[in-house]
Amino acid sequence: MGTLLTRVAKWSSEDKLDSTALNSLLLKDIMLFVEDFSSLHPQEAEILFEEPLQWTSTLVASDFEADYDINESGEVESQEKDEKGCPTLTLSPPNISVRNFNQLSNLMNMENDKRQNEVQACIEENRTPLLKILGENYANMQKAVKIDKGEGHKQESDIKMKLLRLLLDMGKQTIRKLLKEISDKFRLNPTFVEQEVEYLQGLCGPGENSVLKSVQYTSDYEYPNGCRAPLWRQIEGEMCYLIIEPYDTETLYITCSSAGVFLNLGVKDDGDDGAYKQASEVFKNVVTLLKNKSQLFAENLTSQGPLRTPKLVDAQTQLSLKRINKSATPSQREEDKTSEFDDTQKGARSKNISHFSESSYAEQLSSMKLKSQLQPGEVFSETSSESDQSYEEEEQPARRQRNTDYPSEYWQIQKLVKYLRAGDQTATLLTLYALMDYDLTHETYHLAMQDSGGLKVLTNILHLDEVNLQLGSLQILRDISHNAQTRRGIVDNGGLRSIVNVLDSRNKDVKALAAETIANLTSFRRARRTVRKYNGISKLVKLLDCAPDLANVDAKQEKDVEVARFGVLALWSCSRSPKNKEAIHKAGGIPLLGRLLKSPQMNMLIPVVGILQNCADEESCKDAIQTEGMIKDLVQNLGIDNAELRIHCANVIFKCAENKRTRTLVNENKGLQALVSLLGKTDNKKLMAAATGAIWKCSLSPENLDVFQEHKVLETLIGLLTNQPEEVLVNVVGALAEFAQKPANKITIRKCGGLKPLVRLLVGRNEPLLVNVTRVVEACATDLDNMAIIQELDAIRWVWSLLKNPNPEVQSSAAWALCPCIENAKEAGEMVSTLMGAMELVIDLLKSTNDDVLASMCAVIAKIAKDKYNLAVLTDYEVVSLLAKLTDKPGDLLRCHLAQAIAQCCTWRNNRAAFGEAGVVPHLALYLKSSDMKVRHSTVMALHQLSKESNNCVIMHSEGVVKPLIHFMGSDDEKVRNAAADCVRNIRLLFPNQSRAKKTTPCM
Amino acid sequence: MSKRLIQNLAKIISKQVDRFNQTEVECLIREFYAILGQTTSTGKSSLDERKFRSILTNEFGLTNNTIMERVFRTFDKDNDNFVSSKEWVEGLCVFLRGTLDEKIKYCFHVYDLSGDEYIAREEILLMVRNCLRMHGEEDPYDSIKDLVEITLKRMDHDNDDKLSFEDYKKSVKELNIVLEAFGTCLPNATRIERFEQRVFNNKWDHR
Repeated sequence: MGTLLTRVAKWSSEDKLDSTALNSLLLKDIMLFVEDFSSLHPQEAEILFEEPLQWTSTLVASDFEADYDINESGEVESQEKDEKGCPTLTLSPPNISVRNFNQLSNLMNMENDKRQNEVQACIEENRTPLLKILGENYANMQKAVKIDKGEGHKQESDIKMKLLRLLLDMGKQTIRKLLKEISDKFRLNPTFVEQEVEYLQGLCGPGENSVLKSVQYTSDYEYPNGCRAPLWRQIEGEMCYLIIEPYDTETLYITCSSAGVFLNLGVKDDGDDGAYKQASEVFKNVVTLLKNKSQLFAENLTSQGPLRTPKLVDAQTQLSLKRINKSATPSQREEDKTSEFDDTQKGARSKNISHFSESSYAEQLSSMKLKSQLQPGEVFSETSSESDQSYEEEEQPARRQRNTDYPSEYWQIQKLVKYLRAGDQTATLLTLYALMDYDLTHETYHLAMQDSGGLKVLTNILHLDEVNLQLGSLQILRDISHNAQTRRGIVDNGGLRSIVNVLDSRNKDVKALAAETIANLTSFRRARRTVRKYNGISKLVKLLDCAPDLANVDAKQEKDVEVARFGVLALWSCSRSPKNKEAIHKAGGIPLLGRLLKSPQMNMLIPVVGILQNCADEESCKDAIQTEGMIKDLVQNLGIDNAELRIHCANVIFKCAENKRTRTLVNENKGLQALVSLLGKTDNKKLMAAATGAIWKCSLSPENLDVFQEHKVLETLIGLLTNQPEEVLVNVVGALAEFAQKPANKITIRKCGGLKPLVRLLVGRNEPLLVNVTRVVEACATDLDNMAIIQELDAIRWVWSLLKNPNPEVQSSAAWALCPCIENAKEAGEMVSTLMGAMELVIDLLKSTNDDVLASMCAVIAKIAKDKYNLAVLTDYEVVSLLAKLTDKPGDLLRCHLAQAIAQCCTWRNNRAAFGEAGVVPHLALYLKSSDMKVRHSTVMALHQLSKESNNCVIMHSEGVVKPLIHFMGSDDEKVRNAAADCVRNIRLLFPNQSRAKKTTPCM
Repeated sequence: MSKRLIQNLAKIISKQVDRFNQTEVECLIREFYAILGQTTSTGKSSLDERKFRSILTNEFGLTNNTIMERVFRTFDKDNDNFVSSKEWVEGLCVFLRGTLDEKIKYCFHVYDLSGDEYIAREEILLMVRNCLRMHGEEDPYDSIKDLVEITLKRMDHDNDDKLSFEDYKKSVKELNIVLEAFGTCLPNATRIERFEQRVFNNKWDHR
């Protein structure tokens, strides 16, 4: 890959890639490679780069979607983190830094047109990508350096080797491809020969200047393709034969073939079969041959001035070709500096291509051939195990071997495609008819279609304004688009655009078939992007506008409904891409879907609700679903006994019910009862997950909780805590957390034996589930009887160990749960101190960058510090300075709990002075101006504690806290009132002492 | 031709066709005479083949000579080499508004060049003889023969090496797009719409 970039790519002076055709091919290749990398090689994609790839990017925060954290100043960080918790991608415009292939793939999969620019910038600014990605050791494997392999690192280094091999392979393949691209252009053609012969004929004659006696063709008859050789020789690539008489040697009989020029055994116009034999080496053109054979010609030619070599290839390409050859066979370079160009051309021909493949690359590679050849099957199974994003991505079809014998059908189909190209309307129709007669699912058919360019021809037919032909072509396209490789073929050939265009057809059958084909094709991202790019989404949405009342469709509208159904299918498939969801909404799709929601047809309803489910990820769509009155229909559909439909409906409610009004609507339409009745379907896990999810979100409204209570939902949910998969459990526990907000329910949870299975779930690894479980624990621990059981089950230890979880959400959620646990546990102080390393964990997390985590840790510290002994331990861990460092952070939640923690820590006398020295007082003084009452109150408490140290009083006084404190003396809260008063008193008492003489010891 | 006569004629003919109402028939007849009157004043009241074919080309976009001759023969039911006003209206019934079955019958009649109730291989070859244009000096005739052979084999359900009406009908019913398999002999939707719009909305111009 490195060689590819340094030698093949054409660089201009300022380290920029020139915009040549070759470079853009190269970029495109790299782009495709990177795009599919993470799905094809998930393991390798996670390897961290030795050094990050950094470049100046044109991307902005809005280009990033889920999985990225975006802050106010437009900086982006990936949620994917390395072991140390550093994000693998950071963008602070315009600088971007990427540290593994996963993120590179993500960038390439972004749905915008900046991709090529990004690749280009990345390559331009990282001239030694291999070195950066793999580090010196690996990148220099080419020199066969041995790497020390510690046992522990063995696996990682294996993966790195694989990665290296992949990169080198990719480089090699691309070079081959480019080489072929160029060498194809380099083949001789009749025009070239003709020009050359004309040129040579100009040098003939009796005159002084002439260098040749004569130059003649053996035959005057020229075939329409410009060749003069007999047909049976043309098959060999021979174009014509020349008889040239030089002055100084015997007559030369020359064969001009597409591979080059050589002497034959004397072909005249009636040459016998033996005469065609090759009798010399191959030259690149006639002039070179003559130079070689005739001394006189060679000498005189130079005096004739430079030869006008017919321009077959532009200069750019020639240069690039030269570079490729250099990189391929470096040893050849020295051979003949002066005739380098000749070498290049020779090199381009097939002869040297084999040479090339044996070159240095191959040797390097063979030394590190890995036993584990990647099996395509393995790759697939790995990708399929990915989480929900991956369900939409289809496997990159494996490269097929082209050496098998094809069945006769293959050639027949190729022949038919030829007819398609050459035929008029009637012939095209008959050929389509014939093409439909084959087994369209058979591999041979797809191979033949792809190899013969039939896909392109089929989609081109769509441009003709002939309904019959369009229908024929679409029928074939629809059926063959069930094959993954063919799908890619169609999309890559720009065929999808043509199909999108015929959605505007006046013929309903054409529309329906086109939509159905699009539904098949859009199984991968690029296809969905293409549909959107050519305005396909709004065209599809237009198809949905069929009948005003779906419940009563007359015969005339039936056809329209059928067309709409295929439109819905296509949109369902397209709506998996986030930007398409937006596009559907913008095109006015949601109200139309609302209308279709009243259809009695199951094959219409399921995809319609499916689209709604996908679109409900978008906030604006959620609102539209509610305001268009669809909740009612969705609830009604829950009552239809069709599992798939119910799943989609429940999922839509799940996603939309975060909105309060939606929750109320679900209740008003008796949706809660419908959801509850689904809880019995324990055998269908997907349905269970959807239903429990909907129940969870609906239970956010207290009045809905009451309805659920009537139906004993809590008891049912507790029953579901065992024997359910995680996707169900997450929702069940989420719902329990909402239920547990009511004191009565806490008792029910305990009485129904819910605590034990809940505590067991604390051992899991599913992060959303852990967050929900800790929320339930947090709620339950406020009940003393519950707390006793929780303590008995040793749950506090489990919750505490969740602080080690790398996910900040889990960390903070666990910490919040710890607060009531510590508060209500029996002998809490002793318990905490016996937990090994418990306090270190909390102290460590005070260094977190996540504000929620910090706030929750402060809260935990406030609880721990109530125990004198534990406070001493915390103090040893320098809790004071750590807390002091946090005082300048924003955020009311953090400030509130931070002030509480400070107040609690101040019960240890030395800490008061330490806080003062660490400079917390001025910050706390600012907190008093907070708009949040809780912050102000806990600040008063903290200041009160601090005021017991006279030095602090001086600072407080100078920070002007007395006036606001006097204000707090009128607070409704008695504690606050007293604290404020006492604080003011301390200041008043101590301030004169302090200022009079520093020696005076302040009294406590 | 007086307005009165046209109206009477329309009344008679419209009783025999159900696709057009009387006004529409009247319009079609007026169109018929308009075409007739443009070039001749000999008082003939029927279209000859030359004029009829110019209509087919200009109005309905048909181009294949063999097919157009056959379309004329199909319109000319009484085989007098002229299309009368009645034959014109009746022909247009299928041409513009025919059902699938009617069109199948019509197309079969057009393609059955010899009128022996079969479409034979030679007839197909004659109709599609110019349908391929190969590159280079490759002879397209072999390819055309090949294509015809494939088609014939697929459509010939009773394996008698020629297409009977039943063969043809069955094939079209299976796959509607092969209705005009051997050459366009019906106007496309756009042409029909344009023609109907022009003729049926034009009645005021002639008064």
